[in-house]
Amino acid sequence: MAVTNLPVDNGVNVEALLGVRDALADTPEIAQFQWRATCSWVKGTHSKSSVDTFYGFGGEQHHKTTFTYDADHPLAFAAEDNGVTPVEYVLVALGSCLTAGVAAVAQQREIQLRSVQATIEAEMDLHGILGADPEIRNGFNGITVKYKIDADATSDEIRALVAQSQKRSAVYDAITNPTNITVEVA
Amino acid sequence: MPKVTTVVIGAGHCGLAMSRCLADRSIDHVILERGETANSWRTQRWDSLRLLTPNWLTRLPGYSYRGVEPDGYMTAPQVVQLIDEYAGVTGAPVRTRTTVTSVRPADGGYLVGTDQDSWEVRAVVLASGACNTAAVPALHESVPAGITMLTPMSYRTPGQLPEGGVLVVGASASGIQIADEVHRSGRAVTLAVGEHVRMPRSYRGLDILWWMDASGVLDERYDEVPDIVRARNLPSMQLVGSANRVTIDLNALSGMGVRLVGRLAGVRDGHAQFSGSLPNLCALADLKLGRLLDTLDGWADGTGFDGGGPPERFASTEVPSSPPLALDLRNGEIRTIIWATGFRPDLSWLDVPVFNRKGHLIHDGGVTAWPGLYVLGMPFLRRRKSSLIDGAAADAFDLTAHLAAYLACPAGRGLSACS
Repeated sequence: MAVTNLPVDNGVNVEALLGVRDALADTPEIAQFQWRATCSWVKGTHSKSSVDTFYGFGGEQHHKTTFTYDADHPLAFAAEDNGVTPVEYVLVALGSCLTAGVAAVAQQREIQLRSVQATIEAEMDLHGILGADPEIRNGFNGITVKYKIDADATSDEIRALVAQSQKRSAVYDAITNPTNITVEVA
Repeated sequence: MPKVTTVVIGAGHCGLAMSRCLADRSIDHVILERGETANSWRTQRWDSLRLLTPNWLTRLPGYSYRGVEPDGYMTAPQVVQLIDEYAGVTGAPVRTRTTVTSVRPADGGYLVGTDQDSWEVRAVVLASGACNTAAVPALHESVPAGITMLTPMSYRTPGQLPEGGVLVVGASASGIQIADEVHRSGRAVTLAVGEHVRMPRSYRGLDILWWMDASGVLDERYDEVPDIVRARNLPSMQLVGSANRVTIDLNALSGMGVRLVGRLAGVRDGHAQFSGSLPNLCALADLKLGRLLDTLDGWADGTGFDGGGPPERFASTEVPSSPPLALDLRNGEIRTIIWATGFRPDLSWLDVPVFNRKGHLIHDGGVTAWPGLYVLGMPFLRRRKSSLIDGAAADAFDLTAHLAAYLACPAGRGLSACS
C-alpha cells in the first residue's frame, strides 16, 4: 500500500525568502531597510500610532493599508485604557517575531505545525519608571516566553525550532542587545 | 631570480603535508617559512596548552605520532617536535626565516616576493594558517584604561596577569581552557558566553574524537553539508586535552565558581554590556550536542559496534536565573580582559583578486579562482577535519592532484594539446 506524504505547508514561502538571500550576494544593498511609525498624542497617556510605508529592496514600499494602534495606560494608573500599554506592545512584538520565526524555520525543515501558542510574561518594578528608586531599571526585570507547540516532530526538533527562531529574531535581538536610540527635537 | 614550479607558504603541518604530496609526484617546490618550522606552535601558544585531539589522531602523509601515549594529548613543544621530525624525515625543502612580502600574478604563474629572494613560480599554495591574528571586536577600544588586555596569542600563564578579577570573552576552546586555568589561580573569572559548540571529552567510555573519526563525521565533505558557510564559521569545540580526560563545559565552569554572563554586546560609559540571550545560546549548544550523539549512536547501531558503554546523555547546561547584564569596568573588579574571540588569517601580502567584499578568500575546496593558487588549513576547507592536524593529509592529497593537472594543462583540461 502506498503512503503519500502531503507536502508540509505552514503557509511560509520559503523559496521566496531563500531567493532574497541568494540575490544578496550580487546586490547586498537591497538588504537595507528602514521601518517607520508615526505617533500622535491624543490626550493624557493616550496616543495613536500609524504604520504605512517602509523602505527596502531598493525602494519605498507600503503596506496594503495604513495600520493604526492606540496606546494608553490602564484604569489602575488613573488613565482611560484606550489601548494597551507600550510595554505590552513590546511583548506582542516579541511573541509575533518569535512565532513567525518558528513557522519559517518549520517550513524550511519540512515540519508540519498544527498549533503554536506563546505566552509572554515580563516582570517590572514600578519604582523604576516612578523614579522612586535609582537602583531599579525602568524596563523589564526579565521576560519569559512559554511555547506550546503541536507539530509533526520530536520534542528535540520542536525545541530546536524555537531555539533557531530566537537566533534569527529581530525583536529578540533588539531587546537582548543594546541599540542606539537618537531622539531629536525639531 | 630563482624559479621553482611551486612555492608553499608556511612550514606548519599543512605546508609540510603538501610538500610531501608534491614530492610524491616529483613536483619541484620550496616552502617559505618566516620563522622556524611549526613557527606558531613555538611562539603563539600558552604554556599549558595541549592539543584537544588525542595523539593517535595526528596522522600526516606517511607519518604519524610515534610516542608512548597514543591516547594522550600533546603539548605545544611536543607538537613542535613532531612537526620538526616530519620535516626532517620527509626532507622538506624549507627556507626558514624567509618572510613572504607579496604574491602577485605574473607571466606563467606568480611572482613571490620575500625579504630575501623573489621567486618566479607556476603555482602557489597558501599554508600560512587560519589563525595569524586574534580577531578582537572593535568595542575593545572602549574599554577603560588600566585594564590589562590579552588574547590567546599573547596569554601564557595566569602568573602574568595582575591579581584580581578577569573577564574572559568567548567560551570556545581557548576561552574555556583559559577560564578554567585562570580561575584556579585564584583570580575570579567572569566568562562572557556567545555561540559555542558543547562537547564531552568522552562518550560511552571512548574519546569523542574517536567517535567522530570512526563514524565518518570528521570526513563529511564541504560539498555535502547543507550550509557550508555556517559550518565554516562554527566556533571551536569546547574541549581540552588533559591526562584525566576532563570535560570543561559551562556546567563544570560554573560548578567551580566561574560566573557566566551573556555574549559581550557592548562597552558603554565604562560598562560592559552583556546580551540577554544566554539561555538560548546554551539551549542551542545542548540541542546540537544531542544531535551529534544521536548520529554517533545511530552509527554504532547501524554498524553493530558494541564497544564502549551504553548510550548516555548529558545534563542540560544550567543557566543562572538572572545573569548580570552589565559589569562596571571602572570599579576595579575586573583587572584583566582576555579576548578569546577567535582568529583570522593574515593574507595582506596576497596581491591577487581572490577576496570577496568582506575580505575573505574565495575558494572552492581550497582551489581559488586564480589558476594555480591554492589554500590549505582553513576550517572545513574540504572536510570537517580540515582544521585538525589530521585533516591536512587528505586535503593536501586532493589539492596536489588538482595542482598536478593544472601544471600539465594550465589553460584548462579538455584541450587536445594536453590529452
